[in-house]
Amino acid sequence: MALAATAFALLVFSSFIIGQSRARASAGSSGLKLHSLPNYHGCYVALWAGVPALLILLLWLALEPVFLRSIVLDTIPERTASMSEQQLSVLFSEIQNKADGAFGITAADESLTRAIDSYKSLKRTSHFAMLAVFFSVCVLCLLFARSRIAPAFTARHAVEKAFNAFLFLSSLIAILTTIGIVCSLIFESIRFFQLVPFTDFVFGAKWSPQTAMRADQVASEGAFGAVPLFVGTILIAFIAMCVATPVGLFAAVYLAEYASKRTRVVAKPILEILAGIPTVVYGFFAALTVAPYVKDTAEALGLAASSESALAAGLVMGIMIIPFISSLSDDVINAVPQSLRDGSYAMGATKSETIKQVIVPAALPGIVGAVLLAISRAVGETMIVVMAAGLAANLTANPLSNVTTVTVQIVTILVGDQEFDSAKTLSAFALGLMLFFVTLLLNVIALRIVKKYREKYD
Amino acid sequence: MENQDKVKQMNGSGVKPGLAAEPTMRAQGKSEKVRDVAPADHRTPKAKSRGVNVYYGAKQALFSIDLDIFENEVTALIGPSGCGKSTFLRCLNRMNDVIDICRVEGKIEIDGDDIYSSGLDVVQLRERVGMVFQKPNPFPKSIYDNIAYGPRIHGLAEGKADMDEIVETSLTKAGLWNEVKERLHDPGTGLSGGQQQRLCIARAISVSPEVILMDEPCSALDPIATAHIEDLMFELKENYTIVIVTHSMQQAARVSQRTGFFHLGELVEVGKTEQIFQNPVDQRTQDYITGRFG
Repeated sequence: MALAATAFALLVFSSFIIGQSRARASAGSSGLKLHSLPNYHGCYVALWAGVPALLILLLWLALEPVFLRSIVLDTIPERTASMSEQQLSVLFSEIQNKADGAFGITAADESLTRAIDSYKSLKRTSHFAMLAVFFSVCVLCLLFARSRIAPAFTARHAVEKAFNAFLFLSSLIAILTTIGIVCSLIFESIRFFQLVPFTDFVFGAKWSPQTAMRADQVASEGAFGAVPLFVGTILIAFIAMCVATPVGLFAAVYLAEYASKRTRVVAKPILEILAGIPTVVYGFFAALTVAPYVKDTAEALGLAASSESALAAGLVMGIMIIPFISSLSDDVINAVPQSLRDGSYAMGATKSETIKQVIVPAALPGIVGAVLLAISRAVGETMIVVMAAGLAANLTANPLSNVTTVTVQIVTILVGDQEFDSAKTLSAFALGLMLFFVTLLLNVIALRIVKKYREKYD
Repeated sequence: MENQDKVKQMNGSGVKPGLAAEPTMRAQGKSEKVRDVAPADHRTPKAKSRGVNVYYGAKQALFSIDLDIFENEVTALIGPSGCGKSTFLRCLNRMNDVIDICRVEGKIEIDGDDIYSSGLDVVQLRERVGMVFQKPNPFPKSIYDNIAYGPRIHGLAEGKADMDEIVETSLTKAGLWNEVKERLHDPGTGLSGGQQQRLCIARAISVSPEVILMDEPCSALDPIATAHIEDLMFELKENYTIVIVTHSMQQAARVSQRTGFFHLGELVEVGKTEQIFQNPVDQRTQDYITGRFG
């Protein structure tokens, strides 16, 4: 395989050289001026040599298992005749595994051995055929492209078009992936809502997803009210924003307006290191240091507190989010033109008056954007909450009690063994969908705010 | 007729009339009366600089500037780019304080007060010495709040009615009232370039300064807006002392009574505008105003 890849790379590279020299030669012999630079001709030939062959390779790899399966299974009609589609799949993967030697070639009866042999030979043939087709397509396209090279040939336009198509494909992949994820969320959620009524999910105040897996198991009925989870999420995100917004904003103002250049050069990267700490590290910081401290302090004040609390998780999450707000706000504050500061100073305003009345208002759209981005981050954060806020779905606004969030429940539902037709497992998709809509809504609001209050400086 | 001759002479000596020819005529017409009562140089200057040196780090930008600025006059500072005229202007309201590496030596007095003395409050100085910048820089606020900004900072208004009056007076003096009175609460950044610059002038005069500094106030504007601002300067100098930095020699000739020519950080020559443009003493001034360099 490595050999084939090297050969292909060499072929593409030499096709570039071939195209280039052919273009030079054609210009030299005819005495005409080339329409495009020789490099474009080279790229043109190299693209023709590489792209169609690669496309065929991808197509081959996608279709090969389908054909192999039908051919191999046809060799043992006596076994497959009475099998369902699922059994056929199991059988075929068994053949594949045995052929690849995954579990040793033990306990294979005569018909299975026949199938395995046919699979092996077919696979080998297919492999060679693939390489042959691949390289012949490569060479044929190279020759075709080479034959088109002439002084008047518009290679530049062709290369530009290919580049355009490449960029378009890249963005298409991103968009299609998003659509795919959303669709999978939607379809699984629809299955969930067939089991649990939509209103129960959205308005239900009790979350207890444990359902009986076997008929004889003793388990609760299962309650799928998402309200406690969303309340928990909002509570923790709110606490986090109460910490992060003022601290982050003031830090940004200090860095942008007051700090000397030297301080700034040192302080800004250090602040940004906060964003680089893995959330799991914040998690045990929250669980082992902050949560006990919160509990002790609360009890010293005569308040009942659980050892895992929304407050602990929220405080640590707030610290985690500070760099998001400070770094983005610092950038937008720096983007406020110096002429506005000059204008304010020239009116006799002091530094703090200028900051309060001109700079922050001018930077406000960016700051609001930063805050909303941080909220999205807080809503989506999982690790800290798992470790510091607990798993109990309490419907409460008390920051000292333990709560849980949407993301944490998704994690606990999908960790370990699960069956994909139970309401419990499917509820994860419904939660994911709802979370997606909440974050989407936040982003839309953020964009609207930024657009509405955007000030033109120039 | 004297004015006509001046224009002719200027054109004859290589100054391009260009687009500004028409406003020139208008400005000349207005200046006739004013020039007759132009204060003589023996009067006490409003602002006085003696031996001012300015350094940006190790580099010296201004060399021993001695310049008098008289009340109710427009003083123009001309000279090629980088000659220090804007630096000097910014010394007059200590805007150079904002630049860390900038250091000012020498003495600048306004009405006899040393503005670089340690006891002086920059906030009060800037209340007395307003400034208008090269690029219109209205705050991203409403037109009303742009004007009310200074009075609020300095506590000049006793109430809403008082503030309304300050806003109206300032805008009227800046010749903008009739254009914006219907939309005082629209953003100031939504105005046209020329209107924005007049808004900035209105903002500067809202705190009733004694001196207004203008740093190339028309260089970002079209000829019509420029003519507007120049007319405004004529009216404003009745009540204020104006110092303007300009790249346009026609503008200096049109609007100013005194002109100072800066070159490479030195004040080469200063005197009555017509004298500078008609009989410059220094060869460098002669070369500059005839367009031989700059």
